[in-house]
Amino acid sequence: MLLNGSDLQAIWLTIRLASIVTAILLVVGTPIAWWLARSRSRWKGPIGATVALPLVLPPSVLGFYLLLAMGPHGPVGSLTRALGVEPLPFTFWGLVLASVFYSLPFMVQPLQNAFEAVGDRPLEVAATLRASPLDTFFSVALPMALPGYLTASILTFAHTVGEFGVVLMIGGNIPGVTRVASVQIYDHVEALEYAQAHRLAAVMLVFSFLVLLALYAWRPNSRKG
Amino acid sequence: MKLFKLFFLACSLFITTTAHAEKITIAAAADLKFAMDEIVTGFKQNRPGNEVEVIYGSSGKFHTQIQQGAPYDLYFSADISYPRELAKTGMAASEVKPYAFGRIVLWSNSMDAAKMTLASLIDPKISRIAIANPKHAPYGKRAEEALRTSGLWDRLQSKLVFGENIAHTAQFVQTGNAQVGIIALSLAVNSELAKKGGYYLIPESLHKPLEQGYVITKRGAAKPLAKQFADYMGSKPARSVMTTYGFVLPGEVK
Repeated sequence: MLLNGSDLQAIWLTIRLASIVTAILLVVGTPIAWWLARSRSRWKGPIGATVALPLVLPPSVLGFYLLLAMGPHGPVGSLTRALGVEPLPFTFWGLVLASVFYSLPFMVQPLQNAFEAVGDRPLEVAATLRASPLDTFFSVALPMALPGYLTASILTFAHTVGEFGVVLMIGGNIPGVTRVASVQIYDHVEALEYAQAHRLAAVMLVFSFLVLLALYAWRPNSRKG
Repeated sequence: MKLFKLFFLACSLFITTTAHAEKITIAAAADLKFAMDEIVTGFKQNRPGNEVEVIYGSSGKFHTQIQQGAPYDLYFSADISYPRELAKTGMAASEVKPYAFGRIVLWSNSMDAAKMTLASLIDPKISRIAIANPKHAPYGKRAEEALRTSGLWDRLQSKLVFGENIAHTAQFVQTGNAQVGIIALSLAVNSELAKKGGYYLIPESLHKPLEQGYVITKRGAAKPLAKQFADYMGSKPARSVMTTYGFVLPGEVK
């Protein structure tokens, strides 16, 4: 067998994490991207910059703040205690929350570009045909922005798979819960298990390449069509 | 223009001072964090102009990095088997010397750990226990052994969270995200942690000894300062710092 049980567990966990984060960000990212694309508010700059922050911030900064925020004395920690749910650090849902922040710009920015590319005209035409704003969005803007959705989803998924620093800082390395593939590779290397590290690392390498290949190979076609 | 000249002057000054002084880089296990800082301060007192840079991290990672030619002149490992392995592959320029035995403690900043024992960890109020990763961190391996010897390992499985190294483990407890942790005595006695909570010393009989060792790497071979620092580790001031931080010294046991 190429990969052992704990490696497969780590891969499965990574896929589950990335899928859930992508699904959440599709819902959360759409209105943000739409607003950023259409708004002329003076808040557009600050909000856009906030969304883009994870692109620039070191994962250690995000990890550090999240660890404090989710801790028993932090705002998120107080909230989870008030709600009577489990504290978020060292849990799968803690990782989900962290990844949603971490991957936010990878969803919002391609969507924003796609919405901007739709332009005013199709929306105005739809309005003259008495389509409601919501109908306009779902019947006109959304189909036109579909390529953007695909790019955004692939990037978000891939970026979440590639997460390491934040997970290490708030995850606690629990098998099947927070030990994702990137952390598993790190553990293998630390334990001098290079053969196992190589196998899992190769899987990640091939996966990442295929994802990017799909993205680049597909892009020119969409332009032709 | 004036600013430029000043900048140029500062640069040339920097270059000339570093040209005469020697500089060594030490890779040290995370449990040495506070003790080593003090030892380095003492060492530098009589050697002005020389630079000693210490990088703290996990012993296993340093082992890998040195094998790949990392720029460390000395390597202080929390597990003597790592430097021994380096010596076997010809990456060492000195004998592997034991410098201390580490001890593990229960530590908490939300509960009085001084009144606890390992059996207290079963308490349902404790939902998270932080230990260093037993897969590669020496302190984590001993923590696992102690819990296994006490027959608690299986029962506590679901509560365990794993830090990357012993300092990372202490940080999980310090931030309150884990209520208790099994950390190095050398960290628990540091004033920063000691003022936040007491500790329970885990009996040595429950785990294998944490024998720690250092070695001068091949890269440090040509540097007299590296040799001087290694000798300084055996000196009285350095030994007394180590004792203060709860390390048992090689000459004092056996």
